[in-house]
Amino acid sequence: MKNPVEYLEIELNKSVLTFLGIVAAVLGAGLLSALYMEHEGHWVTGMSNQIVWGLPHVFAVFLIVAASGALNIASIGTVFDKYQYKPLGRLSAWIAMALLVGGLMILVLDLGRPDRLIVAATKYNFKSIFAWNMILYNGFLFFTGVYLWFMMDYKMYKHYPKAGFAAFVWRLILTTGTGSIFGFIVARTAYASALLAPMFIIMSFSYGLAFKMVMLKLACRFDGRELGEKILFRLKNLLGTFVGAVLLMTIIHHLTNLYWAKAHDYEIWILTSGGIYTAMFWIGQMGIGTLLPLAIFYHPTLGKNRNMILLGALLVILGGLAQMYVTIIAGQAYPMPLFADKIVSSSFFDGVVAEYHPSLPEFLLGLGGFAVTILATFVGMRVLRLLPSSLSDQVVDPAHSKD
Amino acid sequence: MSCKSCDCNQPAQPERRSFLGGSVSIIASMTILPGLVLHEVKAKPDDQRISNKNRWGILIDTRKCTTECDACVTACHKKHGIETHGRPDKDPQWIRKLKVEDPLTRKTSSFPIMCQHCEHPPCADVCPTGASFRREDGIVLVDRHLCIGCRYCMMACPYKARSFVHEETENPLPHTPRGKGTVEACNMCVYTVDKGGIPACVEACKLEGHQAMIFGDLNDPESEISQALLREGGQQIREDLGLNTGVRYQGIN
Repeated sequence: MKNPVEYLEIELNKSVLTFLGIVAAVLGAGLLSALYMEHEGHWVTGMSNQIVWGLPHVFAVFLIVAASGALNIASIGTVFDKYQYKPLGRLSAWIAMALLVGGLMILVLDLGRPDRLIVAATKYNFKSIFAWNMILYNGFLFFTGVYLWFMMDYKMYKHYPKAGFAAFVWRLILTTGTGSIFGFIVARTAYASALLAPMFIIMSFSYGLAFKMVMLKLACRFDGRELGEKILFRLKNLLGTFVGAVLLMTIIHHLTNLYWAKAHDYEIWILTSGGIYTAMFWIGQMGIGTLLPLAIFYHPTLGKNRNMILLGALLVILGGLAQMYVTIIAGQAYPMPLFADKIVSSSFFDGVVAEYHPSLPEFLLGLGGFAVTILATFVGMRVLRLLPSSLSDQVVDPAHSKD
Repeated sequence: MSCKSCDCNQPAQPERRSFLGGSVSIIASMTILPGLVLHEVKAKPDDQRISNKNRWGILIDTRKCTTECDACVTACHKKHGIETHGRPDKDPQWIRKLKVEDPLTRKTSSFPIMCQHCEHPPCADVCPTGASFRREDGIVLVDRHLCIGCRYCMMACPYKARSFVHEETENPLPHTPRGKGTVEACNMCVYTVDKGGIPACVEACKLEGHQAMIFGDLNDPESEISQALLREGGQQIREDLGLNTGVRYQGIN
């Protein structure tokens, strides 16, 4: 049965304006931080010649990974023809683009020479997965933009499944590319694994959906639109499945490392004695980001509580950031093995775990990326008809609304 | 024709020719001989392209390198104007002394480590703009005009040989372009090598009398470095990565 879905722009009421005002202030702080770091140089950050990618990359990679995941809801409706998800297609595509823009903003502003963006856009080393990613990012914006256009333009509507399929394939390639940025680093024990590519794909499902659910819940609450249980519980169950899948991949990744003698020391360090990184892994990634949301989602009563579902999605986001912190920072902090079974030391911190103390400007720049994404999401919902006027059970699933 | 100035009836031209010829020979000898005798490396004319006929490399005999000596580090950083700001984790280090201890035998060795000038450099592979590149003669460089400061090369380098310039550079030297926000590393004193000289670290090691470092052409079987490698072999750090480094080591316990 065809859904008579009506899409409407959101109203700029007091709640929305207050919320967006706060978000804009965070963005302003992030931009000022970037200006400060660019002007002074990176010595004012916690980053060093040992930890070369810091907190901005944690936020940036999270947002970029989440971008392709947010598109998933649209893909499930279009590519896999699950009609219940179709009303969310437009918003998913828009949030996906907003997430990517937020992540890229952080990456660009954290460059040593952000003024040379034109060099990055015009000079390509095609052996570099980083260069490929730049093409993949632009392609993602293009394919998702076309997909969204075809979904919204009645003249092009008949072609939107093809556009949706193209965007779906591209998003899989994009996340493979993001995972490969780390997977291709042969020198460091924590990386150099082909597992990272599929792992990033499944992580994207989880992060992107969690972010999308939070945005959807906020928009519906601010604008007084109905968010029916059918779609909310469906999204919650899907997120639970994705969180479980990320857990499975994480276990496989660590078991694989434990099987390889060369990675034993790293695994023992990260799992038992890595200090803040071990805490980030067990408390942040596994506890807050995995077990707690799973407990909420599959609890007989908590799993039906709207606020608890929102909390669960927020926890998945926090856990995702912790997972990125462990992946990016801990992977660098652990000393690179110059010689097998030898003790090394130097004035350049060889053989010791590198220290990293994130600075406030780095944190604010990271939050600024989130702020851009949220602002873009709400501006999009204000000027475009992205959000259905209602997501009641009747709209989402008219054939089974009485179930 | 006779000599007009002194009426000696001696032909003037042969004498002048002889004088000029002799002078030219002496000047030529003074110019060329040091190049032939004192240095094994010949200067490359400026208009000649870099070619893969040469593969520049450095061989470090760790048995001759002493723990307390850091002349190579000092010379390198002086030559390239690498200043310190008292922030060891952020200050650039183009070359550093590494202390290696075998936990079984307790035997230690100390030697310098810098960019290993790999034949297959991971830094150049991952660099999105091609700022990191390898010359035909094996020297790995960073084009500061193309470097956007993404630091992916630093993530990829197995030797932690690269540094990010975290703050303004003070009085950069004309032969060593540097700049805040870009990545830099040992350039094997490329401009000196192109003029037939040797890297500052190798020169300093010789001046200290340790003779622990040999610079030369790995492609020339007669060069001192090739002969030394032929006699005793040479070890690559992280040989398992298959990078075929231009810097080799001997005697690491």
